[in-house]
Amino acid sequence: MSTRSIVPFGPQHPVLPEPIHLDLVLEDERVVEAVPSIGFIHRGLEKLVEKKDFNEYVYVAERICGICSFMHGMGYCEAVEHVMNVEIPDRAKYLRTIWSEMSRIHSHLLWLGLLADAFGFESLFMQSWRMREKILDMFEYSTGGRVIFSVNKIGGELKDMPNDMLNSFLSMFNDMEKELKTLTKTFLGDYAVNSRLKDVGFLTKQQAHDLGTVGPFMRSSGIALDTRKLGYAAYPNIDFEPITSTVGDSYARTDVRIHEIFQSFDIIRQAVAKIPNGEVSVPVKGFPNGEYMMRVEQPRGEAVYYVKANGTKFLDRVRVRTPTFANLPGMLETLKGCQLADVPILILTIDPCISCTER
Amino acid sequence: MDGQILSIGPGDLVSGALQMKHDGYRLVQICAIRTKTGFELYYSFAKEYNLVNMHLEIADDTEITSISNIFEPAFLYENEIVDLFGVKIKLITLDYKGNLYRIEKKTPFK
Repeated sequence: MSTRSIVPFGPQHPVLPEPIHLDLVLEDERVVEAVPSIGFIHRGLEKLVEKKDFNEYVYVAERICGICSFMHGMGYCEAVEHVMNVEIPDRAKYLRTIWSEMSRIHSHLLWLGLLADAFGFESLFMQSWRMREKILDMFEYSTGGRVIFSVNKIGGELKDMPNDMLNSFLSMFNDMEKELKTLTKTFLGDYAVNSRLKDVGFLTKQQAHDLGTVGPFMRSSGIALDTRKLGYAAYPNIDFEPITSTVGDSYARTDVRIHEIFQSFDIIRQAVAKIPNGEVSVPVKGFPNGEYMMRVEQPRGEAVYYVKANGTKFLDRVRVRTPTFANLPGMLETLKGCQLADVPILILTIDPCISCTER
Repeated sequence: MDGQILSIGPGDLVSGALQMKHDGYRLVQICAIRTKTGFELYYSFAKEYNLVNMHLEIADDTEITSISNIFEPAFLYENEIVDLFGVKIKLITLDYKGNLYRIEKKTPFK
């Protein structure tokens, strides 16, 4: 019988930009169980809603995460707008869709780079982040920010993207799409990459469902659910289907995310073709009173925003269930039976965001 | 509110969760809200895109039973609620005993 030992992993580790700790129970080099430990950077951002005006809180919501900042702001705004029965202008809905998909491209490219870096493919890491840099430039050009954008408000958007800017972005996306096709050949076809990603970290469809996983992590196990289909922003007017794989290993998760980038290019093209002219916000009067639970599809998966208001300018409660929080139990399952050397890659394949998780 | 709301009592929590499991729902989230006399809890489940929220109100000293034996991911949500709100939850499969989050002040959301 093999000897069992416990190896601590994290909270500081070369592949982890953010702190999470795992106690890995090993039999020789094989992981038989992993016990997570989080809570190193809990910030209490949900509690701040009791001290910030519900309009000001948009800027707090954005700061839950530096990668999904636009979508956190949007998710919170959509929840409050539902409580207040505010219908935002159509142009604002399309702007939210375009910026959301730009966020998805940016996030997936960032993840691809981190993955390449984790398995030691430095040039692939650099090429992924070189492309990501172009998206950040577009964000800076259109919002003024590269990490925190501050364009969402209750009732619409604070900034517009003129049509000539949108058309110039389309031209840049066409170039990026060609570059991504080249990159895809390496990510999905290279022998060294395949040897690290294929046939490791399996999660079955049933496990993905039972463990409450979300986003690309869930879809790569064969569940075709995408919260964008619920119809927020301008998504009801966009033609798309969830990208899935039935394999459920690390390679499938890479495959799904890469194809989601191509899909985001397509969604942006559709949105730019359909975006109407007009106002980007409506005046909002009064204070919210009531509650709403809003679901938004972030790059890492479904995020849930619960808002409870009492008719004053301060809300009673904001609760954000982030995708990584939902994906942690699934991640622990993928670690069971893997080799110790595969642990860092498997953790990365859920695209963890601890900043989101701890809020 | 997105989805249906089912109001239940604390005693119906486990049987309600079992029914959800039996009907093929997945756990989406568990959320606590502080009230003047205790807590409100929302247990959200989804089947495809359909969301169902089990809603219960409990007093400060009411102890509820964990659903982590029925829905495995519940242990994280329940530990979070214990840490931040001080809700009493028994039989959590992986119980951090109030130490999921490394925070200076105990139950800061209470």
